[in-house]
Amino acid sequence: MSPSQHDFSSNKRQPINAEPILRLEGITKRFPGVVALNSVDFDVRPGEVHALLGENGAGKSTLMKVLAGKHQANEGKIILAGQEMAFENPKHAKRAGVVLIHQEQSLVPEMTVAENIFLGSLPRKPFNRVDWRKLREDTNKILETLKCGFQHDDLVGSLSIAKKQMVEIGRALAFTPRVVVFDEPTASLTDHEKPVLYDVINSLCEQGVGIVYISHRMDEIFHLSHRISVLRDGEYTGTVNTADTNEDEITRMMIGRSLELDHASKPSNFGDNLLEVRNLSVKRVFENVSFNVRKGEIVGMYGLVGAGRSEVAETIFGLRTPSTGEVVLDGKVVSFRNSHDAVVHGVALVPEDRKDQGLILGMNCRDNMTLASLSSVSSWGFMTSAKEREVYDKYHQAMKIKTPSWRQKVGNLSGGNQQKIVIGKWLHTHPKLLILDEPTRGIDVGSKSEIHTLVKDLAKSGYAVLVISSEMPEVLGLSNRIIAMYDGRVTAEFDGDNVSEDELVQAITGMGKQAQAS
Amino acid sequence: MAFAEQSKSNLPAGKLSKASVMSFLSAQGILIFFLVGMFVFSFFSEQFLSQSNIMTVVRQASIIGIIAVGVTVVIIGGNLDLSVGSMLSFSTVLVVDLHDKVGPTTAILMMFALTLMLGAVNGILIGFLRLNSLIVTLAMLSAIQGFVLIYSGGQNVDIANQDGTWFAFFGRGYLGGIAVPILLFGLLAILVQVVMSYTGYGRRIFAVGGNPMAAVYSGIRKNWCVFSTYLISAFCVACAALVLGSRVMGSQNNVGQGYELLVLAGIILGGTSLLGGAGSIWKTVIGVLILGFIQNGLLLMGYPYYIQWIVTWVIIILAVWLDLANKRKRLLTTHS
Repeated sequence: MSPSQHDFSSNKRQPINAEPILRLEGITKRFPGVVALNSVDFDVRPGEVHALLGENGAGKSTLMKVLAGKHQANEGKIILAGQEMAFENPKHAKRAGVVLIHQEQSLVPEMTVAENIFLGSLPRKPFNRVDWRKLREDTNKILETLKCGFQHDDLVGSLSIAKKQMVEIGRALAFTPRVVVFDEPTASLTDHEKPVLYDVINSLCEQGVGIVYISHRMDEIFHLSHRISVLRDGEYTGTVNTADTNEDEITRMMIGRSLELDHASKPSNFGDNLLEVRNLSVKRVFENVSFNVRKGEIVGMYGLVGAGRSEVAETIFGLRTPSTGEVVLDGKVVSFRNSHDAVVHGVALVPEDRKDQGLILGMNCRDNMTLASLSSVSSWGFMTSAKEREVYDKYHQAMKIKTPSWRQKVGNLSGGNQQKIVIGKWLHTHPKLLILDEPTRGIDVGSKSEIHTLVKDLAKSGYAVLVISSEMPEVLGLSNRIIAMYDGRVTAEFDGDNVSEDELVQAITGMGKQAQAS
Repeated sequence: MAFAEQSKSNLPAGKLSKASVMSFLSAQGILIFFLVGMFVFSFFSEQFLSQSNIMTVVRQASIIGIIAVGVTVVIIGGNLDLSVGSMLSFSTVLVVDLHDKVGPTTAILMMFALTLMLGAVNGILIGFLRLNSLIVTLAMLSAIQGFVLIYSGGQNVDIANQDGTWFAFFGRGYLGGIAVPILLFGLLAILVQVVMSYTGYGRRIFAVGGNPMAAVYSGIRKNWCVFSTYLISAFCVACAALVLGSRVMGSQNNVGQGYELLVLAGIILGGTSLLGGAGSIWKTVIGVLILGFIQNGLLLMGYPYYIQWIVTWVIIILAVWLDLANKRKRLLTTHS
């Protein structure tokens, strides 16, 4: 397949008619106190991409873990190529040809591509020595199918995220798979890295491998898949042929009603300048960045990963020291020595990486929620349990966070709920400027539109909001103005309601530089 | 079938099912271990459970305990402090030596000030310059011992008039029938436990130890937090030096040698994770007491001190292993 066929306007795929290679029948999985899956049916045909959809917590991951042998079902059958299987562990499943490619990468960065691909099953010579030549040959065979630009002896740590993902896929291929499960494979890929992944998926299909594809991105699903199955609250809601359906129907199947898509209007009532960034630079990271955000306004910052957007945000938030330039907040030049200063002055940053930067995963929901505003729930330095609960309950309700209890460790929550906790944490600091870095990355459609509506409401109530995003629909849907960044510079500024996608793409890839410079 | 077996153990369990009993046992493992150990020792020695023996053990354990309270805070904050052994030598020699030269009050004040300064050096190097705490405090362990030898000229120090000074109160005194070292240990433990669980400061230390990056992104001044934990640790060492100096009324210049490992042993035995972000003072108190009773029990049974070392560390390795095995099991059964 040539990359040009990845144009999303291409026709939807017709279903493939063949006997399923894999069938799950009546799978039920209970955890103490919860029924995670209730009699779910699912099948995959050879050469087919079968998309599995559902909101966070609907049971997709659990179903796939049952399939890959990580969990054992309480009831139900797994039938692979006509034979009933009972996978006791992931290795067992892999040997049978069922491989799960993880959301979180589990590679060893200090080892080579070849060692990573065959980790745990390195080819051996007598006396248990590693057969390096066979390893090299086998790896090269796999790399050929992947058609990616790295060698068997490259260190995995030196590869880009997209290429690491390829190594992860290579690992699956080492087992001559019959069914491959992709769990959110594009979550950390940029737009021009995705076609490579699609190519690999297509070539797997041509070899008759069945693909299960889990994603939140409708465009990808409609482009790639032959059939779509939906789970809701652990129940199987149905399977449809991609060619006969549309986004509305799928959404209805997922959430049981038509989605209240974020139809809230953009804010339109702006006050004075709240944030003014003047010729801000951090050496070797970004240069001469200038822009402003008014009270009640949403400014989008659009650019590719690595364009310096997050770094600009971190500098405003006091985490980096600017080499030149200044930040003016509410009419006063400020220079923050650390993030604490920024918080005190009413700046909040919802960071890009929820798990590493946003949350203390081992702490419970309530403690995470109050972490940035501990003095507001304390008197004389002592925290008041009642006040903490009050704060938690307030945002828990306002943001519809789904947790069994405030005692739940945030590490056990779904991405959407985790993100809501991070946002809640910052709202309680009562900031004047709210910076959101990739606020909806990797979270389900329901939570996504809730967060979008929330952001607009916040701006309307007077917050100045800066949204950093790599997703064009998000930037276009939210922003009053859009600042485009490329390679550490601001290349253009657009009116959020009067800009074409072409103009935006040009600005963030550096192509429209001369035309846009003013 | 594998499925059928699975379903039994996963059904919502009654109150006294095997699973819930087991999980209770593993959660309270350290306490049960403590009680069983006491029971066993009491068979071998009639003295073991006598009130006077218990009081002796607790009093002996209180010096390790006082230091362990401070080091626990450092560990919860995600760092280590191995310098406490030499620091204890330093502070004890200092307070004893100064006692006769400048009087008890000034001696105590100067000792606290200088010990806190050592803590501040640790804190600056680890908190603000972000050097690795293991290396810094290991270096400090040697360096401080060197200073002690320079200061004392290799001589041991003592207090001339041992009966005529109120300084004896800290190590030898009683208040309401309880030895002052025990009171001091208890008081510090309660105070620090309250700070760690009920104040914003304590919560921040847990956050910094749990995920330093997220703490910084939450507006927490991580460097200050780390710095402060070393001040707390130094303060506890100073308190321990007060007790030790007062009890012995003299000091060898390497009196604190090996304390850093005993302190660590007590903390690990109590179950505080060395990874940071979790743990409690309460656990450390239990751990230190268990350590004290093991050593005392072995002594009463007539084993020489080097057997104590071996047994102590075997038990610690066992405790860590059991704890880890438990965590792994929990990790495997959590659903996400």
